[in-house]
Amino acid sequence: MELWREERHAVRKKIALFILLGWLLLVIGDRVDELRVYQGAQIAMYTIALSSIVLLTGYSGQVSLGNGAMMAVGGYAAALTLNNLGSPVWFAFLMAIFFSALFGALLGTAAARLSGPYLAGTTLALAVGLPAIANQFSFLGGEPGIFFDVGLPAQSLGEEFTQYKWFFWIATFIALLSLFITSNILASRFGRTWRAIRSNPLAAELSGIHSSRMKILAFTISSALAGLAGAVLAMTISLVAPGAYTLTLSFALVTGAVLAGVSSLPGVVLGALILVAIPEIADVLANRLGGGENVSNYLPGLIVSILLILSVIFTPNGPGENLRKHRHKKASSH
Amino acid sequence: MSGLLVNELSVSHGAIAALRGISFSVQVGQLAAVIGSNGAGKTTLLRALSGLNKASSGSAQWNKSEILGARPDALVRRGISHVSEGKSVIPELSVRENLVLGGIWRSDKSDTNAAITEVVELFPILGQRMSQSANTLSGGERQMLAIGRALVSRPRLILLDEPSLGLAPIVIEQIFATLDQLRRKLGLTIVLVEQNAMSALEIADTGIIINLGEVVASGKASELINDPALRAAYLGY
Amino acid sequence: MQKLLETVLIGISTGSIYALMSLALVLVWRSTRVVNFAQAGQATLSTYIGFEIASRSEIFWLGLAFAIIAGALVGAGVDYFFMRVLFKHAISGPAAVVAPVIATLGLLGLIRSIVGLIWGGEFKSIAAPASKDGFTIGQTTIPFSALNVLIIATVSLILITLAITFQRTNLGLSLRASAYAPEIAQLAGIRTARTRTIGWAIAGGVGGVAGMLVTSYNFLSPYSLDLLLVFGFIAAVIGGLESMVGSVIGALVLGIGLTFILNYIGTSLVFIGGFVVLIVVLLVKPDGIMARGKTRRA
Repeated sequence: MELWREERHAVRKKIALFILLGWLLLVIGDRVDELRVYQGAQIAMYTIALSSIVLLTGYSGQVSLGNGAMMAVGGYAAALTLNNLGSPVWFAFLMAIFFSALFGALLGTAAARLSGPYLAGTTLALAVGLPAIANQFSFLGGEPGIFFDVGLPAQSLGEEFTQYKWFFWIATFIALLSLFITSNILASRFGRTWRAIRSNPLAAELSGIHSSRMKILAFTISSALAGLAGAVLAMTISLVAPGAYTLTLSFALVTGAVLAGVSSLPGVVLGALILVAIPEIADVLANRLGGGENVSNYLPGLIVSILLILSVIFTPNGPGENLRKHRHKKASSH
Repeated sequence: MSGLLVNELSVSHGAIAALRGISFSVQVGQLAAVIGSNGAGKTTLLRALSGLNKASSGSAQWNKSEILGARPDALVRRGISHVSEGKSVIPELSVRENLVLGGIWRSDKSDTNAAITEVVELFPILGQRMSQSANTLSGGERQMLAIGRALVSRPRLILLDEPSLGLAPIVIEQIFATLDQLRRKLGLTIVLVEQNAMSALEIADTGIIINLGEVVASGKASELINDPALRAAYLGY
Repeated sequence: MQKLLETVLIGISTGSIYALMSLALVLVWRSTRVVNFAQAGQATLSTYIGFEIASRSEIFWLGLAFAIIAGALVGAGVDYFFMRVLFKHAISGPAAVVAPVIATLGLLGLIRSIVGLIWGGEFKSIAAPASKDGFTIGQTTIPFSALNVLIIATVSLILITLAITFQRTNLGLSLRASAYAPEIAQLAGIRTARTRTIGWAIAGGVGGVAGMLVTSYNFLSPYSLDLLLVFGFIAAVIGGLESMVGSVIGALVLGIGLTFILNYIGTSLVFIGGFVVLIVVLLVKPDGIMARGKTRRA
């Protein structure tokens, strides 16, 4: 009974924390300019997308280079639902989750027997292949894509309330909610089981864990998260098109997750910040350095790549690892 | 002194000490049998001597120059060959290729060919199987191939890890007789790690008994065989 | 019937270029246990250098030669300066699964960015060494051209050279031994680290050829070889990463399969076709076509 009470306490504390965070973000959102608000929505989107990697790779140990494709599934599902069924926005997001989860389950079933490079190769092929399907079928809108319009903010919010702010509110709400749910899933026995499978698959099997079922579950939930992120992305650019879900996106997701600690859920916020901040920092740098188009096009990539390489060499498990090691060293030297 | 001189050699795997202060010596042209039960540290000893594992402290000298810390391929060039546990042949390659591998580092190609011919004279069965893939060989044949490969590099010191493992008694006899012959004819120095204590001590000049990472007894092989206390404890009768 | 023939021929031509890329990936995988995504970056850099030489001298083959040399140097450099450093810091914890992949991805981005900073992003092209016009047989013209023949011939020549090197030279023996059993190779006196670098150099040179051949009929940009990497990787996985022969077979299977989809179904489905071919093969044989009972895994 003690344990139960402790757990409920922890959950209640978490809920309070998230509500506080939400309120803080809204207040900040009121005080910054349009660009920052828009970036805020992007950060929220990346947070959800990165959490899908944390679950799949950081926890269940499956390397996927194709979460961008799952985002596409979610984005397209949301757009098609919204436009063709005339349903409310929240239902469109729900469909995004549902269809990408379904897809993830299928993919996970096929991929359950694969490991390491074989899995990486398969997801890579998916990342390249899936978005291109849109070009083939007209109802998917082809190259230019389909509009995704979540509508104007409610009248009651006042005249000052811009479209971007509306995006920011929706994205932040969804991000906080999904992070809350995800963190509970990861803290539960599901999370523990995934980590067991990742660190010692043989021992896990021997202790009765049904590895393939758990792996498929990881794929399903991870894809659901990615699909949700894809729908949020579609909202922020008011469009779903193959060009929004490229291979580069899939790579960026894995990059962001590794930079911030691939198994750290709180780290996704840092990762999302980095992914949104780097192009901007690079732009500023490029302007200072001069050099024209080449520099501004390729400098962001250069910075991200160097960061990535350094982080893999020195802090492969994210910056949190080095801090923890430091604290341990200090403690043990007393 | 010339030969192999090991002094206070210690090897740790993380927090576990696999070898603790091992000391012994083997004169040039002698055969030393290193005896001990499973997990005693015999394999670790050879791996430390041949450069595959790092020693944590101590020293080992071959003909007065230090060998600890050197890379395995460098030690091969200094005349030290290690025939590791588990037959030490590459199954995907042919018999001939395995033999050629032993001399690949040498610049004198004709001498390498001569060495291969000598190995085939020593182990005629290999000559019959030159173009066959090494995984078609029987256990005894593989062991001969492994020793043969080591010989192609014309070593002065050979480290052998449990050559008798998994082999039929008659094959073991044959191989031990060959080792004895090699020592006499070529003046090779041999360190022979074995669980098959009796047969090893019979062809050895010196014996070193290791238990739980430490040397518990050493001396002339003939004396070790005849010491009843040691026989009871380590030779089983 | 004619369409079938065309499809197979073009498939072989396309597949043969994938074969070079997949071969390079398998070479590196066998010797270092790493899937080298940076292969695309290395090939891109080598191809740009080849492009510079080819456009100045107006001789394609000179450019190709320089691309091979550049590829070999870059490949050796990546192994020596990057991979060895990477493996010195042994990685444990959750990132161990994903770290090597990410490292080579980072390297890919790095090389690509450098190429972009130096050459810019506009499309460049190299004059092809042979005609791209389809052969005319009687009344009909098939899309199979002299260039396709040249590509198949070049790739075949390289594959034969590599096969001879690996099977009949001491260098090849050292490379194979180091890949099959690194410890035994070391105990036989082989400097396995140096041998591995040579393996990377060979892979790099081969990648350079692949890049130049693709660019003979496609535009060159910092991103243009990404697709080659993806298909090369798929081909390698189809063949089962352990076998060089398998990677060539996998590439041909993929090349022909994709051309089929292209000609009989539709252009945009080519990419997802790659995924379909891959997943079908892996469902039947999770370790690739050439896998036997015992496979060496990571």
